[in-house]
Amino acid sequence: MIMPTETNQLTFSKVPINEGMKSALQKDRGEIIAMVSQSGLKGRGGAGFPTGIKWNLAAAAQDDQKFVVCNADEGEPGTYKDRVILTDYANLVFEGMTIGGYAIGARKGILYLRAEYTYLRSFLEDLLERRRRTGFLGQNVMGKRGFDFDIEIRMGAGAYVCGEETALIESLEGQRGEPRNRPPFPVNTGFMGHPTIVNNVETFAWVTCILVKGADWFRKIGTEKSTGLKLFSVSGDCSFSGVFEFPMGITVAELLERVGGIGAKAVQVGGASGHCVPASEFDRTIAFEDVPTGGSIIVFGPDRDMLAVAKNFMEFFIDESCGQCTPCREGNERLLEGILMLEQGRCSMRYLRELCALGETMQAASKCGLGQSSPNAFLSIVAHFKDEILGRAPVAD
Amino acid sequence: MLVSEREQLRENIEQWVAQYGSDRSALIPVLQEVQRKYHHISEYVMQVVADTLNIHPVEVYGVVSFYSFIGLRPKGRFIIRLCRTISCAMQGNNRIARQLENDLGIHFGETTPDGNFTLEWANCLGMCDRGPAMLVNDRIFTQVTPESVHEILDECRKAFGAHTFQGEETCPL
Ligand SMILES: Cc1cc2nc3c(=O)[nH]c(=O)nc-3n(C[C@H](O)[C@H](O)[C@H](O)COP(=O)(O)O)c2cc1C
Ligand code: SF4
Ligand code: FES
Repeated sequence: MIMPTETNQLTFSKVPINEGMKSALQKDRGEIIAMVSQSGLKGRGGAGFPTGIKWNLAAAAQDDQKFVVCNADEGEPGTYKDRVILTDYANLVFEGMTIGGYAIGARKGILYLRAEYTYLRSFLEDLLERRRRTGFLGQNVMGKRGFDFDIEIRMGAGAYVCGEETALIESLEGQRGEPRNRPPFPVNTGFMGHPTIVNNVETFAWVTCILVKGADWFRKIGTEKSTGLKLFSVSGDCSFSGVFEFPMGITVAELLERVGGIGAKAVQVGGASGHCVPASEFDRTIAFEDVPTGGSIIVFGPDRDMLAVAKNFMEFFIDESCGQCTPCREGNERLLEGILMLEQGRCSMRYLRELCALGETMQAASKCGLGQSSPNAFLSIVAHFKDEILGRAPVAD
Repeated sequence: MLVSEREQLRENIEQWVAQYGSDRSALIPVLQEVQRKYHHISEYVMQVVADTLNIHPVEVYGVVSFYSFIGLRPKGRFIIRLCRTISCAMQGNNRIARQLENDLGIHFGETTPDGNFTLEWANCLGMCDRGPAMLVNDRIFTQVTPESVHEILDECRKAFGAHTFQGEETCPL
């Protein structure tokens, strides 16, 4: 039986609304950014870039227009914590965006909400309207003279790649969601060419908590390189699925114990673009310096077919590749063909090695994170489950 | 399409452009409004949108063809999108797929002849702990069972019956 966890156990539920903003607006911009830097907070969207550094770059950029973008495109397979945050704790996110606006000198925030979450839109619009009416958005926010800030919701249109920050900006500008070359980075040349910070939903919510509870509180949790708490979206073969809050640096084994995933043969950490951790490596830690994640945890029980898992992920990437660059567009197709050969028991070890080499080329040569990480699952499944995937009896379709 | 319908369409588009601003960044919100009301983006729409935003129709086509929630092909009043990603696959989405095909009499990628339902696959819908998950227009259904498929479809039919010919924007789901 699957028991959802209670989200009222999360830190977010214990942080009083608008306290973070109150504390922020009493500080000057530099102090806020220093505090975020001191906390060690790294982006919760997956890539783990230090939030303080990002904000500092955008604050230092000279421009009379800057933007704060909240990335609510949440499309990584197995991830749903941003939906839960937006449903239960959206005010913390809006506060975090407003604090970001104050810190970098932006007057406008945009929440980019994935089309699949359209059902959240009117609820979020209502919350924003309430914040405007009560002076937490609009002109002279909370009575702070000269600080104007408002937030607009923009809808995605069904493309996973638009979660990549430069593709997201393209999409906001009315273009195809094709990732740009970086540099230049959005902190210099973002939305409409202006300095822009793009952060994950959860990142903004943690900023608010840090302003309330202090940088040291956050820094003391987790590991040296991966500080603080993190939300995990857990699904798959476990007794308790749902959103969990754990300190960074938790081992896969500890996590499995908490979610009732005893006996699992592998755990996919970080979604389709993440890594498949086999049982022999369950002592590894979930942290940016070891196995990184944006929060997706998928547990595979002893009877799961790992080749079917690899196939499902590869079909996902073929569907979602923007097709702009060759390694990703062609490479994913070749890897899927290889998986189909394995499925039919018709793949030689030599060809499998060639496919792995191709996967490594894709990691190095693709233009954006999608193609750079799409071979990960295939490569880790091949590395750890050769016995399971080679020499199969052919299956009928 | 009748001349008056075309005029109505053009008027709507101009109104949306006025609402979202006449620069390029209004393109996707405007297309989303058209999609919501007319269930697809026709060539005529692309031309009008291009004219109003002062860009080339090919630019509009490029955007329409990129996004999976905006499309050239006419779709049903109810678009059913069943999640095909791993966590839902582990929770038996294949049986839901089969039952949807049985009850609608169409395959994935098709629209029922009465124009009521389009059946499509979607990638992870963010309900992975409560799969199988599917969207019907903007509404999310979780832990769908083969048996509940029929009830969900029936609810759509009833909802639609009550609004027949009342202007598609009142699509209740
Ligand atoms: C293909 C792809 C999809 C992504 N999807 C998301 C997403 O849905 N949400 C998100 O916050 N970041 C996503 N990212 C990461 C963003 O590019 C960016 O790093 C992030 O929004 C920065 O915010 P953070 O530093 O607060 O994590 C994605 C990256 C890639 C390459
Ligand atoms: S890696 Fe894939 S998704 Fe990224 S730019 Fe290249 S083709 Fe597009
Ligand atoms: S895998 Fe189906 S909702 Fe995430």
